Amino acid sequence: MALSRETLLQLYEMMVKIRTFEERVAEIYYEGKQPVFNIAAGPVPGEMHLYSGQEAVAAGVCAHLRPDDPVTSTHRPHGHLIAKGVDLKRMMAEIFGKETGLCHGKGGHMHLFDPELHFGCGGIVGGGIPHAVGAALAIKKRGEDRVAVSFFGEGAANIGAFHESLNLAALWKLPAVFIVEDNLYAISVPKTASTAVRSNAERGAAYGIPAVQVDGQDVVAVYEAAGEAVERARRGEGPTLIEAVCYRFRGHFEGDPEHYLPEGEKERWKQRDPIVLLAKQLKDQGWLTDEEAQAIQDRMTALIAEAEAFARESAYPPPEAALTDVFVQAE
Amino acid sequence: MAERLLTTARAIAEAIAQEMERDERVFVMGEDIGAYGGIFGATQGLLEKFGPERVMDTPISEMGFIGAAVGAATEGMRPIAELMFVDFFGVAMDQIFNHMAKIHYMSGGNVKVPMVLMTAIGGGYSDAAQHSQCLYSLFAHTPGIKVVVPSTPYDAKGLMIQAIRDDDPVMYFFHKGIMGLGWMAPNPRATGPVPEEPYTIPFGQADVKREGSDLTILTLSLMVHRSLDAAEQLAEEGISAEVIDLRTLVPLDKATIIESVKKTHRVLIVDEDYKSFGLSGELIAIIAEEALDYVDAPPKRLAVPDVPIPYSRPLEQEVIPSVDRIVQAARELMAE
Ligand SMILES: Cc1ncc(C[n+]2csc(CCOP(=O)(O)OP(=O)(O)O)c2C)c(N)n1
Ligand SMILES: [Mg+2]
Repeated sequence: MALSRETLLQLYEMMVKIRTFEERVAEIYYEGKQPVFNIAAGPVPGEMHLYSGQEAVAAGVCAHLRPDDPVTSTHRPHGHLIAKGVDLKRMMAEIFGKETGLCHGKGGHMHLFDPELHFGCGGIVGGGIPHAVGAALAIKKRGEDRVAVSFFGEGAANIGAFHESLNLAALWKLPAVFIVEDNLYAISVPKTASTAVRSNAERGAAYGIPAVQVDGQDVVAVYEAAGEAVERARRGEGPTLIEAVCYRFRGHFEGDPEHYLPEGEKERWKQRDPIVLLAKQLKDQGWLTDEEAQAIQDRMTALIAEAEAFARESAYPPPEAALTDVFVQAE
Repeated sequence: MAERLLTTARAIAEAIAQEMERDERVFVMGEDIGAYGGIFGATQGLLEKFGPERVMDTPISEMGFIGAAVGAATEGMRPIAELMFVDFFGVAMDQIFNHMAKIHYMSGGNVKVPMVLMTAIGGGYSDAAQHSQCLYSLFAHTPGIKVVVPSTPYDAKGLMIQAIRDDDPVMYFFHKGIMGLGWMAPNPRATGPVPEEPYTIPFGQADVKREGSDLTILTLSLMVHRSLDAAEQLAEEGISAEVIDLRTLVPLDKATIIESVKKTHRVLIVDEDYKSFGLSGELIAIIAEEALDYVDAPPKRLAVPDVPIPYSRPLEQEVIPSVDRIVQAARELMAE
């Protein structure tokens, strides 16, 4: 089924939005960290795992989701949350650790929660997968047509939580979709050195879960596979696993020396930049001109500049706020 | 001859390398410990020296490979497993708590588990709630685990060699801020003299890192460095603080603690772990049991005030003990 111009342009815009956000966060991240890198310095301290290169996965999957569909994500969560439709201002403010942030500065870049979008993530690899199972269980118990989606890396597919979750989801026939983003590496360890089977899609069979592998640089392939999986789940036919093969354009985290990468590998993958591929497809079909592409880019740049200004102008939370929110405040 | 200076990370890697040379049974497993050299550098250079058979990058399968270390240890190997951040213990807790710690006891002393589980601890650089904890108290609470928490390059090497040679399971906690990493906040105390030849430091021997007469600061890990900085400031005010580096929690050197308390009559505990039900309370209980008559003021403690570590810088600085707060607490203690 060929996608409409409107759908393709929406996907394109979302991918540009994510990329622009990530590349701007990278620039901000290095403020205060040059010439000497100090992870604790600058307006955005701590670890920073960016999503550049994998945009087709978040955009292609989340295009099928409603705000009330639960999504669980990882230590690399920005793309998923943006594609889910977050308010960029509150997201950026959280990354800056500000009071106006999604979590009032308590969470930070790896711990972004947006209950309005039913979105959560965290820094423990594999930690979000069972949460998607539980969200799907809640949906099924209430007889709703929502679907829970869990994004995680191929590295996470070697942790117990992945295997237990797949079995539970299949056993209970839950409305869940598992998205393995196979970007070939878990920090420095390549999939070939961590995983005994060639593909995580092969593992679906072990749990009785339909599983497909798609080209994660091709947003149309992701979009189509995700559409089927989400519809299956909404119809009450159970979980699906999608393995999207993709690549990290910025290494594991900012400051990753990447000396473990084979020479030329990243450059080869950049030849298949998912945004460039889609732009070419759109242009070939006469659906996007250079001027229109530039206009989209300008719009996204402006949006993100606005979010950044909001974050910078916002105040830090007062120090004593550190002591609240351990437990629910009695009304 | 000029003293040779090493970072703590280099000192740990050297200790492991020397033991691997000495003892064929020693091998290392963990995530990113091979080509990467460990995220915090504790295994730098080992892969090049010993090859992938003995320096094994693992999948993200902590329950699997920590459990495998237990199994290899019971078969007579001497595995060292690295848990990248202590915060990730949860996914392997059964293997640590119920197996590694208890097999020797449950077997009536017949089965040994000679392994080292080393792990990174500590915050202060905005890595937030799941990458900044210390948690050594949690493991010290569990019978059957020896708990080592070095603060200097010299101690790190001697305690690591001791840990590898020990016949019991040892958890070895290195603070990210003491490793001497180029990408962390600079810490001059993270580099120090380390002899080239192998040496051991026995467990259960605290080290008086600074002598003093007015109050005793009981501390460990990065907080030793902060306490020493505080002690210097206090000295300018005429307050003489003794700084005791506990170095190992299990076994704990009670004698050195009690002796110091009997001398100074005042105690401040500086701990980067959670406050309640942990190290600081345990130390105060020991002092109450064994030296109550000698203390002139209620002991004070600085620790993380029972909240997860928040991300935002001002929030995090509010909950982790700082030099200023140590100085302040010492002054208050002296005014009691
Ligand atoms: C339980 C646990 N083990 C280890 C880590 C350290 N760690 C953080 S991200 C990561 C690699 C994750 O790889 P993958 O799942 O493929 O995701 P990617 O980073 O490639 O997006 C590791 C080992 C962790 N956060 N949690
Ligand atoms: Mg990966």
